[in-house]
Order: sequence, then structure tokens, then C-alpha cells
Amino acid sequence: MKGFLIITALGIIAMLLQVFKLKKLLLPITVLGILTAYVFNFLEWNQPFSISYFENMIAFDKVSLAFTGVILATAFFWFILASKSYEGEESMIDHFALVLFALTGAIMLTSFKNMTTLFIGVEIMSIPLYVLAASRKKDVLSNEAGFKYLIMGSFASAFLLFGIALIYGASGSFDINEIRAYITANQGELPSFFYAGVVMMLIAMCFKVSAAPFHFWAPDVYHGSPTLITALMSTIVKTAAFAAFMRLFLIGFAGVSEIWTGILVVVIAASLIVANLTAAVQTNVKRMLAFSSISHAAFMLMVILANVRSSLSVNAILYYSLAYSIGSITAFGVMHRVSRNGNETVDSFNGLSKRSPFLAVCMTIAMLSLAGIPITSGFFAKYFVFTAMIGTAHKWLLILAILTSAVGVYYYFKVIIAMYFKAPDTTVELNTDSSGNLVVLITTIITLVIGIVPGYIAEMFTS
Amino acid sequence: MLAGLLIIFPLLSAFLVFLLKGKGARNAALALSVGQLLLSMFVLFQFKHNPASAQLFLNCTWVKTLGIHFSVALDGLSVLLVLLTSFLVPLVIVSSFKNNYERENIFYGLILLMQMALVGVFMANDGFLFYVFWELALIPIYFISLMWGGENRAKITFKFFVYTLFGSLFMLVGLIYLYNHTLNINGEKSWALQDLINAGHGLSEAQQSIVFWMLFIAFAIKMPILPFHTWQPDTYVTAPTQGTMMLSGIMAKMGTFGLMKWLLPMVPLGLDKWGGIAIALSIVGVVYGSCIAIVQKDYKRLIAYSSFAHLGLISAGILSATEQGLQGAVVQMLSHGVNAVGLFLIADILLRHTGTREIDKLGGIRSMNGNFAVLFLIIMLGSVALPLTNGFPGEFLLINGIFQYSPWWAAFAGLSVILGAVYMLRSYQGIMLGEKKDSQIAFGSLDGSDKAVLIIICAAVVVFGICPKAITDIAEPAVKSILENIK
Repeated sequence: MKGFLIITALGIIAMLLQVFKLKKLLLPITVLGILTAYVFNFLEWNQPFSISYFENMIAFDKVSLAFTGVILATAFFWFILASKSYEGEESMIDHFALVLFALTGAIMLTSFKNMTTLFIGVEIMSIPLYVLAASRKKDVLSNEAGFKYLIMGSFASAFLLFGIALIYGASGSFDINEIRAYITANQGELPSFFYAGVVMMLIAMCFKVSAAPFHFWAPDVYHGSPTLITALMSTIVKTAAFAAFMRLFLIGFAGVSEIWTGILVVVIAASLIVANLTAAVQTNVKRMLAFSSISHAAFMLMVILANVRSSLSVNAILYYSLAYSIGSITAFGVMHRVSRNGNETVDSFNGLSKRSPFLAVCMTIAMLSLAGIPITSGFFAKYFVFTAMIGTAHKWLLILAILTSAVGVYYYFKVIIAMYFKAPDTTVELNTDSSGNLVVLITTIITLVIGIVPGYIAEMFTS
Repeated sequence: MLAGLLIIFPLLSAFLVFLLKGKGARNAALALSVGQLLLSMFVLFQFKHNPASAQLFLNCTWVKTLGIHFSVALDGLSVLLVLLTSFLVPLVIVSSFKNNYERENIFYGLILLMQMALVGVFMANDGFLFYVFWELALIPIYFISLMWGGENRAKITFKFFVYTLFGSLFMLVGLIYLYNHTLNINGEKSWALQDLINAGHGLSEAQQSIVFWMLFIAFAIKMPILPFHTWQPDTYVTAPTQGTMMLSGIMAKMGTFGLMKWLLPMVPLGLDKWGGIAIALSIVGVVYGSCIAIVQKDYKRLIAYSSFAHLGLISAGILSATEQGLQGAVVQMLSHGVNAVGLFLIADILLRHTGTREIDKLGGIRSMNGNFAVLFLIIMLGSVALPLTNGFPGEFLLINGIFQYSPWWAAFAGLSVILGAVYMLRSYQGIMLGEKKDSQIAFGSLDGSDKAVLIIICAAVVVFGICPKAITDIAEPAVKSILENIK
């Protein structure tokens, strides 16, 4: 909770810095703030029980603290990565403040206990992102991204709200634990509009995690937004959305799983096929990563589909989020360095192994991790999904996942082949950015370390 | 502890070589790989005197709740393949002395890294660890082929990578499926080989069939076996010579090794039901590969197809699940590894000296360099399986084993010996004997490094041809224990 408050306060402090013209202090204060939030987060971890606040609206149990940890870690790297490229810009403070507010929403999503906090969290996280997506004012693509995101996002929020209303109508409560109790008490005689509400919420959540067929916004928004904002969307937003998804469906609606698993199977199958096949033909790396993020969403949804409300699912999703976020930060960090003149195609990576072996090796490891090759963390992430799925009735989804993973290798390796095989374009200079290098190095090391020693995260929850 | 050292030493060597520059990297790689060879020989010595010595086992917990252990062990089979790997890697490195690759530190580092993964595969005693090493072996060879390969390499190496990755994902699912059925003495799930075998035995025939195919596809792609071989000829031809040597000499043995140690004991009912079809695929592949080899013009491609045929025969021998078949497979795995390295080096020497590997354009080289002709002849005869060369005992035992399974298949498999003689002798005749077809071609004396490698390989061909018992004695207990699990 204290971490949550600190992040909220940080956003406001950042805006005050603008007023007092203390722009130089922005980065140190943000980074220190996040570290402090992390420390408090860690201290709360050692408390034996979860504490709920505001009439049980929000509660920080171990699960939400763990996801908050992932989000804060990603944010920490993001701010260091972003500091250099926003340095000269006037709008730096606005950017940072908006990101901090989005972070507030994300943390809220990991810890909601009540449907209203869920909705507020989604909105607090999304609205800054609509603005950030459109933040390159003079770029048509960026404007399109912001606009599309806003329209589609609002549409999803409407679904979410309508679903919440229907469920409230049936159960008379916003509290997810009470809804759970209501389902158990009225098993077999639930009103049909309750089911409609569950389905509507499922659709809204699928939109937020960009699973097919609700994914159409993702490629354009990822492509049009500034690279760093895309990095933010594919890491922090994804992690938060999955934490919320898991809490909602594995706690709130676990009792009516026969309603939503059927739909989820179709969503997962569609996401795997559409995302991987479309990603394979992309030439723009950002679009490719957008489609790949849809495929990763499908993998995480498989854990939810397995519907084992045990430590195994939580560990699996937590590990997957962390592995995916860290790998993405490396990939976007390198990409941000490579694509200087607005060239974001695979060609911009040509001959990187000769221009900067360091970046090429880091990018290779990130790509191997996203493709799920041992001994990177991405492999263990996929492995946990496989073990969760193999006990269920949907084994064919697993086969589909394997087939599409092989396609996945194709597009990740396009980048690797470009780096090691194609001749470099020497006319474009790589910019020097030592803090960016540091972030890429550290995230690469994390990818390898949690890939070799996955125990710390994979065994975080034992009961 | 020795067992762990066998894996750690090449890993550290690889990192050391990455840090060096130019010729220093090359020489260091050679020295370190010879060090690994000495270490392996010491391990073999230990193994012969005390197979149960604690030195040969290592077991540390990796991920506790999932039952994953870093567990390696040496049995007769592992120790032989580890020795093969350690014997071939220095030869591969020496054979590259005249190639002058760019960025040598990366090249040799990757070869040592691959050695580490291969040794890991051969020693793993934990299903998960086996899978991890299995995948790890793929990454260095992918980069070796991609960065130093020939024409069209990006496409071809990529096909190779996806093909094998695809197979291994099936293997992973098959192993997870078995893992889900394990229950060790503490009532926990476990990845240990023996627990997986016990779990496999507890499955119904239908379940065992699924596991059989999941694992078989992975191994079949790696060897390769018909119809999963389409990546192989192109990859072997495109990869740099040293990469091809690693692929054909050692990496293909991962497939046969997996078949023998991991698939065979696990699913006896599945083997009963589907083994026949798998043998049929292997043997049809043998004949098919030999026939295609006959009409090849490029000598390197010819050896690639011959490799495909040899591996098919090994696979059929293993699947026959007889003692002779398994023993023959072990002997032939080692002989083929050695011979393949020799033959691919010869293809490389031909290219370097004459600028071509086309059999039609070459001829009369014997008259220009008699020493080379003799060395080539010995290695070639080893590959044809002439008695008293190392190819003979293996092939004899393999066909013997297949005969016990089914005389008809044995007759068919016997064709491979005849066809093998056809393409090998014909190509030798075309390249070495007869008149010089192109007056441009000159063939001077051999370089010292090439000569050394060829002489060592010829010595191995003769020694193991005369005394195959040295191999079968070591392998015997391991083979027996595999067969016990099937009954």
C-alpha cells in the first residue's frame, strides 16, 4: 500500500517540478521514488497476512505484491531507458508524470478486491496511455494510434462497465469474494444475465490483453506510438492486465468456469494462429512485436484456462510476465538505439553484429528468450504453461501452441539473421547512450539468470 | 565430480576462447580441447576400474518444487560417446587450420560451447536436463552455419533450426506427459531417468504409443530418418566443413543415442506396436539415401546422403531391440563419427586444392599425390565396411540384430552394404583414378595439419576394425540394462 501511495505522490511531485522549474531533479526523484516504493513493497511482503484498505476496496496480498514488484522493476528500467531520449524535450515532465499515473492504475489492477476499483484501475492506466500514444504531435501515425486506442479502449471499458452492472444486478455486490460466495450459494439457478455479465467482462479483459479477435487495435497502436511508449504498453500494461484477469476469473468467476472456458479456448486458438501467422509476414519490427505480444497473451491465457486455482498458476503467470517484460525491455531498448531515422524495419538491424557486437548479443538473447529457447527465461515461461496445460482436457491447444511456436521462431530469427548475416548500412550512426547500454545489459543478465535459476520466482508461492 | 568437470571444462574453455584474438584463440581452443580429451580418457580409465565410483555421478537440485535436478551420470554408453566427442573436437579444430575463418575467437568458442552441450546430452540423467542440453547444442551450430556457411546459408540453416526445434518441442511435451505420471519413492513427481522409465511402464498401450511418436519424431529429425531428412543434405553442404563434421560426426549421434537410452526403455508396449513401422522408415531411408548418393555429382553432398543411409541402419538396429543390434549401433555410432569427419575433411581438401568437389571434373589425383590416395582409400574402405576396418563389426552386428527381428528386413538392409560399396568405390574411382580430366587441376602435397588428422583417423579405422571388442566390452552392461527394461 505504501508503495502504491508513493507512486501516486510521485506523479504529483513530477508535475510540481514543472511549476518550480526543477527539471534536473526529475530523473533522480523518479528513480529514487520507485526504489523506495520497491523497498516498502518488499517490507509488506514479510507481513504474515494481507491488509485491505478503504472498506475492502483494495488489498495487498502476496500475489499483488509480487506483481507490483514486476511492474516496479520494469518501470525502473523504463525510466532509465527513457531519460536520455526525452532529455532535450520540453514535454519530458509531462511524459514522466503520465507514465507514473499509468503506473498507479497498473498497481491498482494487481490489488483490486472490488469491481469498482477494477474499473477505476483500468481507466487510470488507460487514459494516460491514450495521451502518450499520440504524444508525437506532428506524426500522423502517432495521432492515429492515440485516436484508435482511445476509441477502441472506450468501447472495451463500456463492455467492462456493462458487465459489472449486470453482475451487480444479479449478485447485489461489487466485491469479488462476495460474488464468489454468491455463485457457490446459487449454483445451478443463476439468472441468465449474470452469465451475460461474465461474458462481457471476459470480452473487455481480452481486449485489454489484446487477445484475438479483440486485437485489431494492437498492431496499429504499437506501430504508431513512439517506441518507448510501445515498450511500456507491451510490458507494464500487459502484466497489470494479466494480474487483473487472473484475480477476476480464478477467484471471482471460478465457479462458473464452464461459461468462460469455452470462449477462452476459441480466443486462445485464434490468438495463436492469427498472431503468429501475421507476425511472420511483418517487416516492421514494432508491428512484429505487437503480434508476438498477442501470441504471448495467448500463452498466459492458457494458464488461466487450465483453471487450477493453485500456486502453480500464479507462479506460471508471474514468471511469464517477468520473463516477457524483461525480454521486451531489452528488445525495445536495442530497437530504440538502432532505428534512428524512423526506420523501424528489420533492415535497420542489418549487420548489427559488426557495428555493435554488444547490442547484437543482447538482442539475440532477447529474441531467443521470446522464442522460448533454453536456457533463457522465456523457455521456462513456456515450460510452466505446458505443465499447467498438460493436465487439462484441451491438449490439442498444446499441440497448436507448439506448431505456432515454431512459426514464432521464424520471425524472431529474421532479426537475428539480419544482425549476423546482412551487410551493415554504415551511413546511419548508432547513437551513444551509456545508460541505455546499462539497462540492456542488466535486463539481458536478468533474462539469463532467471533462466538458469528459475527457482526464486517459480517457487514464490507454495500454497 | 569428474562428471561435472566434463561439462564445466568445455564451457569455461569456450568463454576463455571468446576473450582471445586471432590465432591465439585457435591455438587455445586446440590446447583446451586436447585437455578435455585427456580428461575424458581419465574418466574412461576410472570407469573401467570402478563403474560405480562416485566420481562418475553428480546430482544437484535445480528447481526443487518441479523435481528438476542437475543430474549427470556415466554409463557404458555415455562414456563412449563422451570419448567420441572429445576425440573428434580436437581433430575438427586441427582440420580448420587452413581455412582462415574471420573472427576466429567466436568460431572456436562456439565449437567448444557445442561440445559442452553435446557432452551434457550424453551424460544427462534427468529428463529436463537432457532436453535443455539437447536444445543448447542447436544454438552454436546454427550460428556456425549462419556466419561461416556457404551460399544461401540464411535460408538453409533456418530450415534446419526450425525443423529440429519443432521436433524437440514434441519431445518436451512427451517428456512432460511422462513426468506427470511419475511418482518417486517420496511420493513426488520426478524428472529422473529411472522414474520416467517406471512411469512409462505404467502407461496403457495407447498412451505409450503417443509418447513413442512424440519422442521418436524428435530423434528421427535429428538423425535424420525418412521422411524427416529434407533439412539434412542442404545443411551439410552449406555449413562450413567443421560445422558439417560436428553435425554429422557427433550431433547426428544425439538422435541415435536418444533413441537408445531414452526411448527404448521407456515405452515397451509402444515399441512393440510401432517399432515395426519405425524400422521400415529407417530401412527404406537407408536404401533411398544410398540410391540418391550414387547419382550425386558433388562429393560433399554424396557423403551427406551416405551419412543419412548409415544413420538409418543404426536406427533400425536399435529399434530391433536385440543385443547384437544395440551393440552394433554403439560400434557403428563411433565408427561413423570418425569416418564422417575423415570423409568431410577429404571433401574439403579436394575443394581447397582443386577448387571443385565435382566428381566429373576430378580424376587422376592418385598419380599426383600417392599418400593422399592411400589415406583416402583406408577411410573410404572403413565407410564401405570392409572386414578389418572399423565399419565392418558395426554393420555386421547391426544386420545380425535386424535379422533376429525379421530376416526380410535384414535382407533389405543388407542392400545398404552393396549400395554403399557402389557409391563409395565409384566416387573414389572418379576422383582418384583414371585420367586427369581437367589439365588446370594440380594437386600438390598435403598440408601438415590435414595429413595429421587423416593419419589419426586412418589409425582409428584400422585399430577398431581389428579390435572392436574394446568398444563392445565397455558398452555391454549399459546395453544389457536397456534390454532388461524392455522385457
